Amino acid sequence: MKIKHLSKKEVEHIAWLAHIELSDKEKTLFTEQFNEILDYFKKIDEVDTEGVEPTYHVLDLKNVSRKDKAEPSLPTEEALKNAPKKEQKFIKAPRIV
Amino acid sequence: MPKLQELTARETIQKIQGNEATAEECVHAVFETIHKLEDKINAYVTLTEEEALKKAKQIDRKLSEGKPVGKLAGVATAVKDAICTQGTATTCSSRMLKDFVPPYDATVIERIKREDGVIIGKTNMDEFAMGSSTETSHFGPTRNPWDMSRVPGGSSGGSAACIATDEAVLALGTDTGGSIRCPASYCSVVGLKPTYGLVSRYGLIAYANSLEQIGPMAKDVYDCALFLSVIAGHDPKDGTSVKAAPKDYTEFLKDSVEGFRIGVPREFFGEGTSDAVEKHVWKGIHKLEELGASYEETSLPTLEHSLAAYYIVAMSEASSNLARYDGLRYGYRVDKDDGDWATVYSRNRRIGFGTEVRRRIILGTYALSAGYYSKYYLKALKVRTLIRNNFEEAFKKYDVLVGPTMPFPPFKIGEKIKDPLALYMSDVDTVAANLAGLPAISVPCGFTDGLPVGMQIMAPPLREELTLQAAYTFEQNTPYRNRKPAVK
Repeated sequence: MKIKHLSKKEVEHIAWLAHIELSDKEKTLFTEQFNEILDYFKKIDEVDTEGVEPTYHVLDLKNVSRKDKAEPSLPTEEALKNAPKKEQKFIKAPRIV
Repeated sequence: MPKLQELTARETIQKIQGNEATAEECVHAVFETIHKLEDKINAYVTLTEEEALKKAKQIDRKLSEGKPVGKLAGVATAVKDAICTQGTATTCSSRMLKDFVPPYDATVIERIKREDGVIIGKTNMDEFAMGSSTETSHFGPTRNPWDMSRVPGGSSGGSAACIATDEAVLALGTDTGGSIRCPASYCSVVGLKPTYGLVSRYGLIAYANSLEQIGPMAKDVYDCALFLSVIAGHDPKDGTSVKAAPKDYTEFLKDSVEGFRIGVPREFFGEGTSDAVEKHVWKGIHKLEELGASYEETSLPTLEHSLAAYYIVAMSEASSNLARYDGLRYGYRVDKDDGDWATVYSRNRRIGFGTEVRRRIILGTYALSAGYYSKYYLKALKVRTLIRNNFEEAFKKYDVLVGPTMPFPPFKIGEKIKDPLALYMSDVDTVAANLAGLPAISVPCGFTDGLPVGMQIMAPPLREELTLQAAYTFEQNTPYRNRKPAVK
């Protein structure tokens, strides 16, 4: 029997957390698809991982850093070139408060 | 005599340096092919013809003046549109980045330019590399040159298709869960996913950064080895770059697999594997045996769980990586700022991202959210450890592991796109190499009803040469390499 992992209401909430607007039709479709995918993901529950350390990535690297020395960076005009909305030397943001 | 566009990279270089053709003629021949076929194939998002011909002329001038040239001098090279090219649009096949022009080159691009490779354009892909069919591209699907009604594989579908049709000599792909090997298999070209950290990711637009690697795609194994030698190497700009001694991978291309111990994990022939694929891959394994290798069937039980673990990790990382697309510094932004920041961001991301990208971001957000983090993300990372250990054990007994690249031949455009889980299933044999960070190559191993089948060869970390040597020997002793799709 299939378990319902997520309701439409929950999908709406997660989409909001991810800052992605969804239409009502998409919410319904995604809810259905997510439940199917999450049902498949249950497969990993079968694995006994007691005492196993997680692998975040495969390299044995820690805190790779370079010398604290200033190096040339992008000129302001270059850095702003791809911004859709700007004013003088600034990127224009939507209303924050 | 083969036409200039039909030459491999090695042959192109020999022709140019032997004064039998100019770099300009070689690059021009490739563009003529592009102009003839692109309407049908749709392998490219952007072409850089003018700059490419200019660069080719510069190489010709250097040669005529007796000056030294680089290892890829005059070779027409295509680049997946997920890799930043200074001054040339880099879209990730997304509406979000449709107008994005990077202010810098990725390290791999610098390396290609340093060796006088000629960059001819940016290739089509699944949006943000999320897919196995190149159908999620904002610019329409790329078609499989062997059957125009079918997918070329993905996400580096454009890179594979342009090599198969002589619309490029070499191409860069990226591989997060099979995105180089899958289209290489489906288009009957050679594609290698290197060890995690061997090739710099600086300038690669991130999808799932603990899994992905940039890698070479080529007409044959020699070219693949040559291209890898150019792009591999430590890069201080990439914090996960490995400090390994540089190798000339072409030196390992001996026509022999004498003494090779091959492991064949039975999990690679699981449920959903087509009979035709199984038959051709086994034929390939027996061929390698005939050529001096020994093989043994084995089991890596953790492979059963690799697909679920992979998708959880990939989606989680994607949700975090793609949080940067707010439409402010770059990317799609709605005209009207009606509403607060959260509303505007949410709208930019709704319109800028396609369905599959939104699906993965939202599901990844869920897998990382309070209460579910340990159930999904952390659990998947622990399973990843077990998969890695399983491979480590296997490589004590075997030099390489061999199986199919894809469980079934190329499917029809539109066949699976409405059912995300069915599409995810096509990655079942490729994702494990990404979770474990291993090198893996796909090499053509036959045809079924005129559609290509690819064989996957995996090796321990930083032992790319083993995959290349086995693939080279196989290629030299089988006819598949010489078969070309009949696109006109």
